[in-house]
Amino acid sequence: MWDYLKLVVFGLIAVLAAIAASYARDVAYMVHAILVTMIAGGLFVYSLKRVGEPKAEKIGYLDGPIRIGVFLTAFWGAVGFLVGTFIAFQLAFPELNFTWLEGYGNFGRLRPLHTSAVIFAFGGTGLVTSSMYVVQRTSGARLWNDQLAWFVFWGYQIFILLAATGYLMGVTQSKEYAEPEWYVDLWLTVVWVGYLLLFLGTLMKRKEPHIYVANWFYLSFIVTIAMLHVVNNLALPVSIFGSKSVQLFSGVQDAMTQWWYGHNAVGFFLTAGFLGMMYYFVPKQAERPVFSYKLSIIHFWALIFLYIWAGPHHLHYTALPDWASTLGMVFSIVLWMPSWGGMINGLMTLSGAWDKLRTDPIIRMMVISIGFYGMSTFEGPMMSIRAVNSLSHYTDWTIGHVHSGALGWNGMITFGMLYFLTPKLWNRAGLYSLRLVSWHFWLATIGIILYAASMWVTGIMEGLMWREVDAQGFLVNSFADTVGAKFPMYVVRGTGGLLFLSGALIMCYNLWMTVKRSPAAEASTDAAAAPAE
Amino acid sequence: MSKKPVQKKEPETTGHEWDGIQEFNNPLPRWWVWVFYLTIIWALWYSIAYPAWPMIKGATSGYLGFSTRANVAEDIQKFVDMNATLETEMAAADLATLEPGSGLHNYAIQSGAATFTTWCSQCHGSGAAGAVGYPNLLDNDWLWGGDVETIATTIRHGIRSEDDDDTRYSEMPAFGDDYLEAEEITNVVAYVMSLSGGEADAAMADAGAVVFADNCTACHMEDGTGDREQGAPNLTDALWLYGDSKEEITAIVSEGPFGVMPAWSAKLSTSQINAVAAYVHQLGGGE
Repeated sequence: MWDYLKLVVFGLIAVLAAIAASYARDVAYMVHAILVTMIAGGLFVYSLKRVGEPKAEKIGYLDGPIRIGVFLTAFWGAVGFLVGTFIAFQLAFPELNFTWLEGYGNFGRLRPLHTSAVIFAFGGTGLVTSSMYVVQRTSGARLWNDQLAWFVFWGYQIFILLAATGYLMGVTQSKEYAEPEWYVDLWLTVVWVGYLLLFLGTLMKRKEPHIYVANWFYLSFIVTIAMLHVVNNLALPVSIFGSKSVQLFSGVQDAMTQWWYGHNAVGFFLTAGFLGMMYYFVPKQAERPVFSYKLSIIHFWALIFLYIWAGPHHLHYTALPDWASTLGMVFSIVLWMPSWGGMINGLMTLSGAWDKLRTDPIIRMMVISIGFYGMSTFEGPMMSIRAVNSLSHYTDWTIGHVHSGALGWNGMITFGMLYFLTPKLWNRAGLYSLRLVSWHFWLATIGIILYAASMWVTGIMEGLMWREVDAQGFLVNSFADTVGAKFPMYVVRGTGGLLFLSGALIMCYNLWMTVKRSPAAEASTDAAAAPAE
Repeated sequence: MSKKPVQKKEPETTGHEWDGIQEFNNPLPRWWVWVFYLTIIWALWYSIAYPAWPMIKGATSGYLGFSTRANVAEDIQKFVDMNATLETEMAAADLATLEPGSGLHNYAIQSGAATFTTWCSQCHGSGAAGAVGYPNLLDNDWLWGGDVETIATTIRHGIRSEDDDDTRYSEMPAFGDDYLEAEEITNVVAYVMSLSGGEADAAMADAGAVVFADNCTACHMEDGTGDREQGAPNLTDALWLYGDSKEEITAIVSEGPFGVMPAWSAKLSTSQINAVAAYVHQLGGGE
């Protein structure tokens, strides 16, 4: 029965997408409709071949999507860092906006490709993957539904594919970090509801009496992103057969909605979600208990309550009324300590195991990640102060701030997660090479420092140059003067990116060799804990 | 970390365990709690002092009377008041007799530089050296004239601007459309290049001279020195607005250039236009 239902659904999607392709009003929409036809058609054939086959027995945890997820997280990371490094050099050397790539490979097209590849492809796949692993282990239960788990996993990858190809073809609703158009947004909504059901379903059938703190964070990330995504993407398509849509909000309301979304994409995607990751992998790797249960409760509730109000600090000194801007700033400052609660709990978990820093490069990576988390969550509230923001806003300082968070915190903790998971999932005794992890650690750390430091320099310089007036109140510098003055630091930034990218490539090699070459573990430690169903 | 307890024993755990992970029952770090309280107290004070809480009709305005818009207006007003006398003089100034080194001239250069940086540098470059299609303002080659009054007129009314009836206007035909044969264009390009001493085939240039005499002299004059009344460039000075290569000159003759500049009187005050004219005039090429 279920098999036939699946065939009908896949067949229907393939036919409808083919019809949409033939009525398409623009090229990008047609390409996407054809892609969907091909994917649905492929799944139809695949399912047809397997009709009536006996179901595989469900034993232990469902690790299939997690294994692919580990591979894809590393892959998307390398893609995102590569594009980022390239566009960093495009800014330093505009000649790299090749005429033969015009319309596909110029900075304007590649920039959203880079941000989305890192946040949603690398970060998002890392979160989906790690959350599926963590919720099973800490609940002592297999994922709620195998089919749904596979749907969520591949559904999210299809979202990435449609978003990324869309950017290259110029499909965008021009909202930062929410560029994909209406049909891609609708698809992500479906996938995300599936993700929420899968996660809740697994928690419901848990064998442990309590829900582990990592799962609170993962759950808050899933719930809040659903809300943010739906509200910020409210739009009316111009035609059901075209990629363009019109936003429901306009003017300052639209800006406020966008930055309510944008800030909480940072808050719940890049902070809450990754704190979930930290709360599992740091104590596991350190083999130490979490520092304080009380702290984890207090900082969790404080963090998710406060974060959601902080968005207006992105719109200081704009059409946004002063009162909204004050509230955004005030909530950002109060958010400082709740954010640091996660840092304290992460770092202090290592107390009694500090010696491991010398011997275990993975712990070192996790520690530096938490360090960058602490630094960014101090820098953020500071930059939200109106007076500081009047200098920092629109400058490269913001770019540097984002990258110390994204490369330092999100990147490093995800690398740690990948290094932890690979031997476990492929049942290996250990990683292929710890020396290579050390190399990765140093390349990435120096890369981030070059990046952040050069952007502090250009950001502050730029801010000062923009506001410089002479004794009679006349502007001193033209915009082009500030761009010219930034050139040397742009080269330093690009070099930092190059180091970070080479570290990530070393990691990819190391993980691959771990799967291929490392000796098998003597006994699967995981199997013992796996639930019998 | 406010106090460092002498800990020989491990603290108690909560007794829960997930996949081998336990949790200590440590208290909240005291410094953390205090800083958290401090930020909350500060936040309450700040939101009373500054505009913050939305009410049914508008938001609280805060007892300090802070307003970003009022602050900017005040900043601007300060300089407006300070410069008021000079601004009035600048608007009424006779540019031709403005003495270099005088207070008003110095003011004009400062104010003009700022205006240039903000509105003109996008095309003419922040150093005014121009770019292909956008004249260099540092040299003494002028399309419409280089004395300060003429420069001011050009800025005020623009070039080929659709928004200003008094704009400077002329149009070079696209000679490739029906006017000249390809060979004639090749020849006239050779002749034009030879005018400024460029390398050109002598026979072609001779043939081109005839084409030039028949088609180009009405604007560029018999000797090719151009006519500022019509904005027709001097072709003998080896300064090229659209490039000096054979291909580039051929493209201009075939397609006809149509450079535009906005009429700035719609955007800038008389004083700003006067100042920026004085600024451009003293850059090096002013007459």
